[in-house]
Amino acid sequence: MPDRFLFPIPQDLDWFALGPIIVVVATGLVALIVEMLRHKRNNAYVVGVSVVGLLVAGAMAASQAGEPAKEILAGTFLRDRFGCVVQVLMVAACLLSVLFSEGYLRQKRIAYGEAYPLMLWATAGGMVMATSRNLVTLFVGLELLSVSLYVLAGLSRTEAKSEESALKYFLLGAFASAFLLYGIALFYGATGSLHLGRVAEVWTSGFETGRSLLAVGMALILIGLSFKSAFVPFHQWTPDVYQGAPTNIAAFMAAGSKVAAVAMLYRVLDAAQPMVALWLPPLFWVAILTMVVGNLAALVQKDAKRLLAYSSISHAGYLLVALLARFKAPDVVSDAALLYYLASYSFMTIGAFAVISVAARAGRESTGLSALNGLWQRSPFAAVALLLFVWSLIGVPGASGFVGKLLIFRDALAADLVPLAIVLAVASVVSVAYYLALVRAAWVADESEADAAVAPLNAGSGLALGICAAGVLGLFVFVGPLLGWMAGPRSAEAERAPIVRQG
Amino acid sequence: MGGYTGLLILAILAAVIAVAMVSLSWLLGPKSPTRYKASPYECGVTPVGDARERFPIKFYLVAMLFILFDIEVVFLWSWMTVFREAETSFKIFSFFEVVIYMTTWIVGYLYAVKVNAMDWDESTLLSQDEDSEGRPALEGVA
Repeated sequence: MPDRFLFPIPQDLDWFALGPIIVVVATGLVALIVEMLRHKRNNAYVVGVSVVGLLVAGAMAASQAGEPAKEILAGTFLRDRFGCVVQVLMVAACLLSVLFSEGYLRQKRIAYGEAYPLMLWATAGGMVMATSRNLVTLFVGLELLSVSLYVLAGLSRTEAKSEESALKYFLLGAFASAFLLYGIALFYGATGSLHLGRVAEVWTSGFETGRSLLAVGMALILIGLSFKSAFVPFHQWTPDVYQGAPTNIAAFMAAGSKVAAVAMLYRVLDAAQPMVALWLPPLFWVAILTMVVGNLAALVQKDAKRLLAYSSISHAGYLLVALLARFKAPDVVSDAALLYYLASYSFMTIGAFAVISVAARAGRESTGLSALNGLWQRSPFAAVALLLFVWSLIGVPGASGFVGKLLIFRDALAADLVPLAIVLAVASVVSVAYYLALVRAAWVADESEADAAVAPLNAGSGLALGICAAGVLGLFVFVGPLLGWMAGPRSAEAERAPIVRQG
Repeated sequence: MGGYTGLLILAILAAVIAVAMVSLSWLLGPKSPTRYKASPYECGVTPVGDARERFPIKFYLVAMLFILFDIEVVFLWSWMTVFREAETSFKIFSFFEVVIYMTTWIVGYLYAVKVNAMDWDESTLLSQDEDSEGRPALEGVA
């Protein structure tokens, strides 16, 4: 009996490559233990542990970006430059959200210490989604991210809006996961493997049943991921969920969850490169729809969080353009534009949500645009920061948003996707109108009596705002080195080199 | 789709038969309803009250905890089954793997105990840290 069993002991265990994810998960556990031991609902230690763990994980991921790509644990984990950069972005998104969480949650009287472990585990899920080409591993990562976020969205459990947000997110998320799983099942039927690397082989084999199964499977996987990335017409959940969820969680969802979903989409599309003729036309229209609907719907929003939700939808459209350009012309276009835009988008969006979180007071939060009125008097720093984020979100020269859009525009032209480039440019012009409404609310409109009493900016929010602002400016100033770091050595051979497969 | 035609036919046949049986008997069958016949079926007993009743949320909590720890046991069982027969290197490696895995469970268990998820005593359920609106009492909030 003994040797009929296969006893797999991974020979290629590279703990350091797995390090960032392990550290984030373990930090979550430690944070939960600290939460249980803490004294009188004081979350300072929980936040402290989370921040330290995230910093360590981020440093570990960043230090590995330059190393050669390799796949370990029987093809379930992939360490490459893209994965490492996305891991850093995920960690940064979580870190910034954690920084301004405590003050906000206290203001709102929902300072449950469990929020931090959950945010850490969601981050770990997102990191898994970026560092694998095995569909089941990707799915587990996605669920880890999603399930944590379902709970976090309902964190403000006495508030009907928050409950609604959690329930909607859960139902639609489960629906999307079902699509994804069905797609994965068909993928397995077609390829006999769960590894994305098998796509090319099956697609070029000329075996018709396998090809059609694979096409349907891929379509379902793409639909599932479009839900998660909030592409139109799979976006309906986004505004309701972002509006109802606590603002720090909405910030994390808008940045972290989007980064992770786009990273997973990148992995899938990367593998589906041979089928590009099949998926490019539908995704082309999805990108146009996303940019148009996202921006037009944002024009009529009266709630700051809904406005930012539609803004995040339109940015998802820009990201999709970057993805399509990347995989339509893989020899000309590198990952740099996509990753740069993700980084820039994360900073701007978390920053904008952080400014809105300042409006929370005494257990009630109003997130209408009018809640921002008079912000420039109450908190000049937050108002100036908001101006900078809006500046960048619009894409005016001088901040990272401009460079990001320029890079995507250039890539779209290089990949011969001229219509997408034109829609992107027009959509950006339209977006000026609603972004200015944010600035107008904060700077021009007068403060009403009722809103006068508001807490000053706390240290955590101030720090988060400062880092986001520094990030938006820093990304703009250090474009060159950053693009070099994100895309790696720009030689076509190095980029297309086959991944070293071990084990 | 050669190999799957049979499946497809089976699925269509099953759907047709199911729909036909229910709808034909509904359309053609003689009907002589009485109040008793029209009432919802409840094991042959006259129904009492509404089915949409509120019941304690503790049932959900226990169900969730059960599912989690149930899966843990399933996983442990499969590991135990192969553990005895395995070679030493696998024993050592998998032992530490399972220790790590169990640690996460133990932390989860401690958490469940800490938040009184398994406490069925009504008198202790209303946590004293919460104010009348069910919000946690916080220090340092005006």
